Amino acid sequence: MVVMNFDFFVLFVNKEVLNMDYVKLINCMRCGMCLPSCPTYRETFLETASPRGRVALVRKLQEGELEQSERLLEYLSLCLDCQACASACPCGVNAGELVAEFTCERKESSGLNFMEDLILRKLVPHPDRLETSMTPMRLYQRSGLQKLVRTLGILKMFPRPLARMEGLLPTLHSRPLRQEISEVTAAIGTERGTVGFFLGCVMSLIFSDASRATIRLLSSLGYTVITPRNQVCCGAPNMLGGDMEGVKEAARTNIGIFAAHEVDFIVTDCGGCGAELKKYGHHIGDEAASAFSAKVRDISQILAHHTEELAPLLKPLPLKVTYHDPCHIAHCQGIRKEPRDLLKLVPDIDYRELETADACCGSAGTYNITKPEMSDRILQRKIDTVRSSGAEVLVTGNPGCLLQLKKGINDQLPGVRVMHLTEVLALSMDS
Amino acid sequence: MERSFIKELQTIVGEKHTLSDRESLAVYGYDSTPELESLPGVVLLPGTAAEVGRIMRLCHGAGVNVTPRGSGTNLSGGSLSAAGVVVQTSRLNRIIEVDEENLTATVEPGVITSVLHREVESRGLFYPPDPGSMNISTMGGNVAENSGGLRGLKYGVTADYVMGLETVLADGDLLRSGGKVVKDVAGYNLSPLLVSSEGTLGFFTTITVKLIPRPQGKITMLAHFPVLQDAALAVSAIIAAKVIPATLEFLDKVTIKCVEDYAHVGLPLDVDAVLLIEVDGHPVVIAEEAAAVAEICRKHRCSFFQTAKDAAEAFKLTEARRTALSALARLKPTTILEDATVPRSCIAAMLKVIQDAAKRHNVLIGTFGHAGDGNLHPTCLTDERDKEEIARAHAAFAEIFNAAISMGGTITGEHGVGLAKKKYLPKLVGESGIRIMRGIKQAFDPKGILNPGKIF
Repeated sequence: MVVMNFDFFVLFVNKEVLNMDYVKLINCMRCGMCLPSCPTYRETFLETASPRGRVALVRKLQEGELEQSERLLEYLSLCLDCQACASACPCGVNAGELVAEFTCERKESSGLNFMEDLILRKLVPHPDRLETSMTPMRLYQRSGLQKLVRTLGILKMFPRPLARMEGLLPTLHSRPLRQEISEVTAAIGTERGTVGFFLGCVMSLIFSDASRATIRLLSSLGYTVITPRNQVCCGAPNMLGGDMEGVKEAARTNIGIFAAHEVDFIVTDCGGCGAELKKYGHHIGDEAASAFSAKVRDISQILAHHTEELAPLLKPLPLKVTYHDPCHIAHCQGIRKEPRDLLKLVPDIDYRELETADACCGSAGTYNITKPEMSDRILQRKIDTVRSSGAEVLVTGNPGCLLQLKKGINDQLPGVRVMHLTEVLALSMDS
Repeated sequence: MERSFIKELQTIVGEKHTLSDRESLAVYGYDSTPELESLPGVVLLPGTAAEVGRIMRLCHGAGVNVTPRGSGTNLSGGSLSAAGVVVQTSRLNRIIEVDEENLTATVEPGVITSVLHREVESRGLFYPPDPGSMNISTMGGNVAENSGGLRGLKYGVTADYVMGLETVLADGDLLRSGGKVVKDVAGYNLSPLLVSSEGTLGFFTTITVKLIPRPQGKITMLAHFPVLQDAALAVSAIIAAKVIPATLEFLDKVTIKCVEDYAHVGLPLDVDAVLLIEVDGHPVVIAEEAAAVAEICRKHRCSFFQTAKDAAEAFKLTEARRTALSALARLKPTTILEDATVPRSCIAAMLKVIQDAAKRHNVLIGTFGHAGDGNLHPTCLTDERDKEEIARAHAAFAEIFNAAISMGGTITGEHGVGLAKKKYLPKLVGESGIRIMRGIKQAFDPKGILNPGKIF
């Protein structure tokens, strides 16, 4: 009989190496409730690719039991930060957020590298530069070069991330919406109130039709819509890159800009921006920031408040429709009911619930570029559920999801349209 | 563990399915049991039963210990390995067959319990065992631990459904026991012996379970009781009235307060106990049963009683029970969830023991659980960094376990002995019990390589 000695089971030794909130780490009781919710665990069944495992890895780093090895960082980087685990956790642990915080901690001591500094500090916070940076893409598409490149299969010669980006990009409008939209859009009919519109970078650059629809819906419901032209990126890309200072800088700028206007709400039609804007209060910690965050609403929250007024504006739309929950809307903001209620409000619409609708689509910021293989596997599951739903229109509320889903749908379900919630509602108004 | 031995194992399952880096080993060093950790030597993810056999044969020859692991949600340290080989079942996850003629399902050990539920329910069939972790727990783990669940009172536990097993033995040979036949008296009945063996007797590679027709309807009810004793008497009265609810769950005062503070579900803070009751079966029968339950609760001075009119309302009524663990777990960093079980007639006495022990040792214990089958979950909220408080918590639990034994109950109803309850087992089963168990272990695993150090 092999007699094993289990006496070395010990309580954890608290050697605080990193500066993170230790209680947040030990709150994880390792029950495993998060495992079935995690897209990367579902794909791999590996503990290192699970929320519980990630919390343990960060904890063991903090306790000094593990070192900051390449492998450990690689394991952590597989996290999508979709926060489905946070929705599933009985004790309120948010593994995605803990990994993001860890990345910030690490970057604070190591500093940003050249590319991170260039993108996160010199490009993203400046809308003009960001928009100019897209000009070559516009030229590329308009000159017919894109068609040529795709036909000749030249992409195979590009570095892989660049080829991925090329594949994700839909046709761009001639100008970003931020440059075109007037700062004040008047309310139609009796004025109900004033909202500030936070125009996300990707919405403005790529999905301007959806944001136009958002503004139109708001004004049709009696809101004066103020879209400050000098607003800057919400800071989510900085958070993703571990650049906490950059997030705070973005927050301070936007809080100042919107403080200059008397608005009842700050509305966004970008799930990612909404989730970030709602955290300004937490990031900055002063009264102005908390007041700002308290005013932030996803467009579906505002519209769902006015279903009675909205209903008469909607005309029949006999389409089979389903809805994909963006992580930043369902898991980060807890909004699930409103978008569905709004879709069901459209006369003649055939709404079908998507199986595991709140599972990540694999977009996750830049994840689909940095982790293409895992991203594709996760996307494939989503496409399979869309196929079995039989829907003709796949609706969602976040530009990252729109990009990712369009790519998957174009490749595999060419008959299906991918639309933003407000586009569907605007279509119903016009039909 | 020696590199050369890991290399040999790797030739069986492949490099991709052999984990031996420090980081991986660190996260396979725990399961859901608080306070326990132990580093394995290597983690393997075999893809076929044949690979399991080859792993066992190799380890048997080398005298290296092997611990089976499903999703690692064990609550008694049963899936931890001290420097040995951990064999994770996740890739052995096929539902081999649902046999609608014989009413059986045959699965591999890595199938997730709720995945099997969905599969059989889509065919109008029912696999009742529903442990709290069913969305992630595996069938292999359920069989090894004889998992219970909310439906235990009416439908029994995993052991009541296991009909046949294929088990890889310690030396790598395959043992077939039971099968699809309802009656089988050929020799010793080995399948029930293997159920709840906690990975110490063999590694299940195929599991055949019994299915029953899916109940046609369900009625959900909620009752509040200002006096604890009344709730306990109501439980006994419901059973005495020959109504066997599918679910008969209980929340105590500490849990009620936590749930209300956290989830604001509208529970009054001046009640001692809440009962959640569900009856299932033929619509005509359950209507009668629900009426009987309502009558009994009123007779036992419940201050509130509600019957759900539809699925949405049923969902609302079950919210308090669903959030019980979350509400408790958020109070403090460390949650020690126990499963002392007594004959259900002793529920009231057991609750008193728990409350007294908590008071005497000055620890916070909330209790909820399966009142109908006497399986309670006293849950201690503490902080693992406070060694002194942890010691008091263990002292309180020692009293609770001793009381459970003296009432004719058991130290664990569904979590297993593993490492966590080892020291209480001799008290429960006596010297002869331990002697017989050791003899069985010796017969199955003379070299003692299968999940050593667990149970006794």
